[in-house]
Amino acid sequence: MKNKYSIFSLFKNAFSGHENWQRAWRDPEPKKEYDAIIVGGGGHGLATAYYLAKKHNMRNIAVIEKGWIGGGNTGRNTTIIRSNYLWDASAGLYDHALKIWEGLSQELNYNIMFSQRGVMNLAHNLQDVRDLKRRTHANRLNGIDAVWLNTDEVKKFCPIINTSPNIRYPVLGGTLQKRAGTARHDAVAWGYARGADELGVDIIQNCEVKGIRRNGNKIEGIETTKGFIKAKKIGVVAAGHSSVIASMVDIRLPLESKPLQALVSEPVKPIIDTVVMSNAVHAYVSQSDKGELVIGAGTDSYVSYSQKGTHDVVEGTLKAILELYPIFSRMKMLRQWGGIVDICPDASPIISKTHIEGLYFNCGWGTGGFKATPGSGDLFAHTIANDEPHKLNAAFSLNRFVSGDLVDEHGAAAVAH
Amino acid sequence: MFLINCPYCGERDQSEFSSGGEAHIERPKQPTELSDDEWADFLFMRKNIKGIQFERWNHSHGCRKWFNIVRDTSNDKIHSVYKMGEKPPKV
Repeated sequence: MKNKYSIFSLFKNAFSGHENWQRAWRDPEPKKEYDAIIVGGGGHGLATAYYLAKKHNMRNIAVIEKGWIGGGNTGRNTTIIRSNYLWDASAGLYDHALKIWEGLSQELNYNIMFSQRGVMNLAHNLQDVRDLKRRTHANRLNGIDAVWLNTDEVKKFCPIINTSPNIRYPVLGGTLQKRAGTARHDAVAWGYARGADELGVDIIQNCEVKGIRRNGNKIEGIETTKGFIKAKKIGVVAAGHSSVIASMVDIRLPLESKPLQALVSEPVKPIIDTVVMSNAVHAYVSQSDKGELVIGAGTDSYVSYSQKGTHDVVEGTLKAILELYPIFSRMKMLRQWGGIVDICPDASPIISKTHIEGLYFNCGWGTGGFKATPGSGDLFAHTIANDEPHKLNAAFSLNRFVSGDLVDEHGAAAVAH
Repeated sequence: MFLINCPYCGERDQSEFSSGGEAHIERPKQPTELSDDEWADFLFMRKNIKGIQFERWNHSHGCRKWFNIVRDTSNDKIHSVYKMGEKPPKV
């Protein structure tokens, strides 16, 4: 039984110089066999294992991670959480996640620093205004909070935005989802890891999957750098590397893996207390609790696994940021990095069974997976445990690319993909 | 960031080019006879290789011509460039 984190445990450990904190999760060797193996120890994978153990009573589970947990896209995103998607299927999926976020720190007994500071999406041309107003209405019909703000209201909500009509892309208004916000991305991975570990899940790091063994149409287990591990079920949550894992069983997925970049500035005093996103100029910005501006750029147009992007993408984003926020003109950028995102043709994820018995895929989250972490884990766990999708992820099957029933969130999801 | 040797213009910055994705995906010869699975395969499914990949690129801010390249997607190193219709080189 793990010690509960509380103000009292903080005091107690402060008096002993913070040297006696219990390990948050074990570092076990893999067993010979598991009921389920989750490939990929990011937020989505750890959440899947946590909900499999907690809600579906499967305790003989392992999470296999090539590097260290949360070291991939979980630690590389810009931590934005929102659910203001256009289509009913997406609204259901992302708002399911948002509802779990709202109580997640308490549930995990781990401060994930969830902050509902609001997310504002700006409109810069007449078509943006029409699209965003339409999305606001769609959101409200789905029970998701959304309001339309005119230019003055945008300025009032975030005073540092340049709302002059004379800039290249003037602000004509925006939408606001007040329940949206940010969370501390590393803490999400660590909180789920700690929670899953307590329920008996083995988290095995530095263990790369080299192959998937199957007998006819049924999976038998995985070949890893730590040897062969038998498994009744395998859930793959490998983000940018999903196609690599799929190719081990001759499956082609409708994915392209591309670099997505982000950058942070030097820390400064609080200046922006919300998240502002702009579709047309592709720039979004928020401020971390440390004071750094967290800025998201776009994807490069080509397939790459190099975790590096091109300079001109960053340059384009910063040009837009400077026009919208002239106050940032002398800020220095501290770090820039790339993550490899797996993008579906319809910019919606896949949470699905495959034609191989016992093999499941959760992928295609593209540029916006972090916000869905708890919901994705919950629904993927349901899909694996019952061998059937939950009604909230039924629309996100692999089969939609055959039936043509796509969930087309390109551009409609309030940010360019 | 990398340079691409356009077969018509020579070496230029990658930002002048647009990626057209996986190369050598042939349009079905008998479209009316295709099943839904085969259409899905042609339209959406991609190899998305980590390693040596054959790709189409367009010199969109230059000569606007299409051509193929062989690139290692794990480090963005380009192995060879060849024109449309030419036989893909062995790697």
